[in-house]
Amino acid sequence: MNDSFADIIRDGLWRRNVGLVQLLGLCPLLAVSTSFIYGLGLGLATTAVLLGSNIAVSSIRRIVPREIRIPAFVMIIASLVTAVELLTNAYLHELYRILGIFIPLIVTNCAIIGRAEAFASRNGIVPSALDGLMTGLGFTLALVLLGSLREIVGSGTLFANADLLFGPWAAVLELTLIPAYGGFVLALLPPGAFFGLGLLIALKNVIERRAAERVRPAMPVAVEP
Amino acid sequence: MDAVSRAAWKRAFAGAALLALFAVIGAGTLALTEWLTRERIAARERVYTLETLNAVLAAARYDNDLMKDLITVREPELLGTPAPVPIYRARRNGRPVAAILLPVAPDGYSGPIRLMVGINVDGSVSGVRVTAHRETPGLGDGIEIGKSDWIRQFTDRSVSDVDEWAVARDGGEFDQLSGATVTSRAVVEAVRDALLYFDSHREQIFAAPTEPSPP
Repeated sequence: MNDSFADIIRDGLWRRNVGLVQLLGLCPLLAVSTSFIYGLGLGLATTAVLLGSNIAVSSIRRIVPREIRIPAFVMIIASLVTAVELLTNAYLHELYRILGIFIPLIVTNCAIIGRAEAFASRNGIVPSALDGLMTGLGFTLALVLLGSLREIVGSGTLFANADLLFGPWAAVLELTLIPAYGGFVLALLPPGAFFGLGLLIALKNVIERRAAERVRPAMPVAVEP
Repeated sequence: MDAVSRAAWKRAFAGAALLALFAVIGAGTLALTEWLTRERIAARERVYTLETLNAVLAAARYDNDLMKDLITVREPELLGTPAPVPIYRARRNGRPVAAILLPVAPDGYSGPIRLMVGINVDGSVSGVRVTAHRETPGLGDGIEIGKSDWIRQFTDRSVSDVDEWAVARDGGEFDQLSGATVTSRAVVEAVRDALLYFDSHREQIFAAPTEPSPP
């Protein structure tokens, strides 16, 4: 059992990362990743929906007949997304204003119905919850990496607007990495999102190849992540 | 009816009933969340609107309930939109102090730019803020107060000479944001038109009866 939990974690965060490997949910990934905090905000909102939908789908998997499972999943996901939207509006109002349309658009993220169909509808509640959490965190990781990259290159800062997510005290977190930087607008525009995502995917491939080369000469035993 | 089709009907009804049950549960969850967050959301919206209003008109200058002293007007020509435009009226001891208009600059670089323009009763600008826009990040978004101080140059100005109200490139007196002349021009002209509208409708604006609820 331990082994498969480790697999779920590794798949969600790295091996089958929805943002960097499966390339699902590209629309929010590319549109919102202009800064670290926006990426983190949308990533956490998506994680909350994934966790909730995986738990809900897994707990009804035995009573829903095959023919109606998709409409049932859609209904669950839509309700959850709307609930998350209302909660963000109430408790993270400023962030809600910035993320705007992308919170309701979480509903169109294929990663969510994908995990419901491919994993939660076939597995128990605990592994499904773990899968939802890890897939969501993997997506958040991709958003945060791309967001940091674009924020540093585009505006020369990091963690700007942290107070939107963590409250007023967090305003001190903002780092000006490149003082008196005019900004490189391309990084903040949509093409910058594609360049950044391409670079991140390439980087991930390089890391994996290096890891594979290091492992090959050794005995083919369990590979630590 | 033979046994096979009866079984099929039964399955279909069971499925439909189950879906209906999920719909009810989903709707119930939403209704509950909405009920739990409704007051908080309304309060946050009020605070947000009041904060923006106070950014263009200092709270110390009026003593009425700004959010309730509201009219709407239709003036597509000068206020940039065929939709009704809200006007908040600020008073002190019952006398008019200023009005806050919410006009639209229809010809921004990437679509309309929504503005909030505070105008003192003498016709000078008390403050301008951009409330919504889709201008280019890094260039046109300098009209936002968080990005640059450009929008502050309108404060205290009034329309004495219409020709001054243009960006420097067009021979006017207002700086343009570098690389965003179209954006700057759209905002300067929208503020000018709002001032012109105010100048010609001052009495009506302050005399009009308050509308019962915001749009």
